[in-house]
Amino acid sequence: MARLSKLGSNVISLFSSLGRAQVFLWHIWSAGISFSGVVKQIYFVGVLSLPIILVSGFFVGMVLGLQGYYTLVDFGAADSLGVLVALTLTRELGPVVGAILFAGRSGSALTTEVGLMKATEQLAALELMGIDPMRFVMRPRFIAGIISLPFLVMMFVAVGVLGAWFVSVGLLGIDDGAFWSQMQAKVSWSNDVLNGLVKALIFSVVVTWLALFLGNDAIPTAEGVSGATTATVVYSSLWVLGLDFILTAMMFD
Amino acid sequence: MGPSGVGKTTILKLITGQEKPASGEIRVFGENIQKLNRNKLYHLRRRIGVLFQSGALLTDLNVFDNVALPLRHNTKLNERAVRDLVEMKLEAVGLLGATSLYPRELSGGMARRVSLARTLILDPELIMYDEPFVGQDPITMAVLVKLMDTVSKSLPITSIAISHDVEEILSIADYGYLLSQGKAVDSGTPEKLTQQGSEYAKQFLKGIEDGPVPFHFPNETPLKQRLLSG
Repeated sequence: MARLSKLGSNVISLFSSLGRAQVFLWHIWSAGISFSGVVKQIYFVGVLSLPIILVSGFFVGMVLGLQGYYTLVDFGAADSLGVLVALTLTRELGPVVGAILFAGRSGSALTTEVGLMKATEQLAALELMGIDPMRFVMRPRFIAGIISLPFLVMMFVAVGVLGAWFVSVGLLGIDDGAFWSQMQAKVSWSNDVLNGLVKALIFSVVVTWLALFLGNDAIPTAEGVSGATTATVVYSSLWVLGLDFILTAMMFD
Repeated sequence: MGPSGVGKTTILKLITGQEKPASGEIRVFGENIQKLNRNKLYHLRRRIGVLFQSGALLTDLNVFDNVALPLRHNTKLNERAVRDLVEMKLEAVGLLGATSLYPRELSGGMARRVSLARTLILDPELIMYDEPFVGQDPITMAVLVKLMDTVSKSLPITSIAISHDVEEILSIADYGYLLSQGKAVDSGTPEKLTQQGSEYAKQFLKGIEDGPVPFHFPNETPLKQRLLSG
């Protein structure tokens, strides 16, 4: 009976949390669109994420180059490596790995920042000064997150392709012209690049929303904020992977 | 005044509309605060200043921008007027020279003085202090007491202070309330409370360990019985 009661309580808590998250999104939305304070947040959320995105992108690209080469060379198709790498990065790895790295770097930072603002009564102080925290704190961070991730994903893909080029053309001796020309011929702007960016845009909304909501909803103690930060990374990663499956099924059926 | 956990800060939150009462109604400036919509509530809050226990300064803004924040968001004053007003308030709390410092560079007492300047910047009609002296050294405490006294005597303002520091708060208060178990158990002028107060007032104001508030938490089995029973 106690287990049943605990299960019930967890289900109620889950649904009430989902409800609060939607109300939270509605409050940000109803605060209207304004770009005041957004540039500063793009620096914190986007620009400071560049090192991890660029380094990861380069290594992912290099690994793809190596693995792709060893598979394709058996079929005499090593010249198609450029296409393989570009399609993998634009369609899947760019948006997904980019979003997961973004959740780990910027999502966790956003949750901690907002959680600590709550714990140190900064959000309450804003409310009491007649300043809406949704407008002043959440909105610029939300817009900055939505703008930043698609750009970060573009950089991830570009650097990833360069990484693969470095390994395949520079180290393994694949023809430079074949690498680029096949990529140019086979990668479609609307089907591959644009779809990848749409995914990145959707992931950016989900990750930033979760990060801000969990920070704002955190229990205002050290333990509470730490739990919320972990939850942001875990939930964001799971949502990104789950949504990626659905989006892929819809886009490339 | 009252012991920890008695509901002092809750009263403050009820007055500002951060918490809702389980029953009854709360009127601030003649308005039933529960029935105000979001915009009206924010409008009303601009007439109230709250000094938080922690100072609650925004950590990514320097002292000047922290004090200027309510003006920039709630008025249409030009930057020159904002600067003049902010500098006047910072001069009043003795921190005009600290405008470019960030909250992490301030001591606890300085942070509270900046917070006081920010609280006063919109010229509120009601100001509330939540445990203003907690964790302060004697000099800072004396400075804060003097500032609070100056504010309440020189401005057309009502002040409500929540405090454990009986001596300091009664030295500047006109009227005090003592809370216990969610109720106001005693009230009166500082003289009345200290001289003719109830047993509870005597215990609280003089810091006596046992009295109407017992030293021992209720315990069904006395220690002797526990020890003998093995």
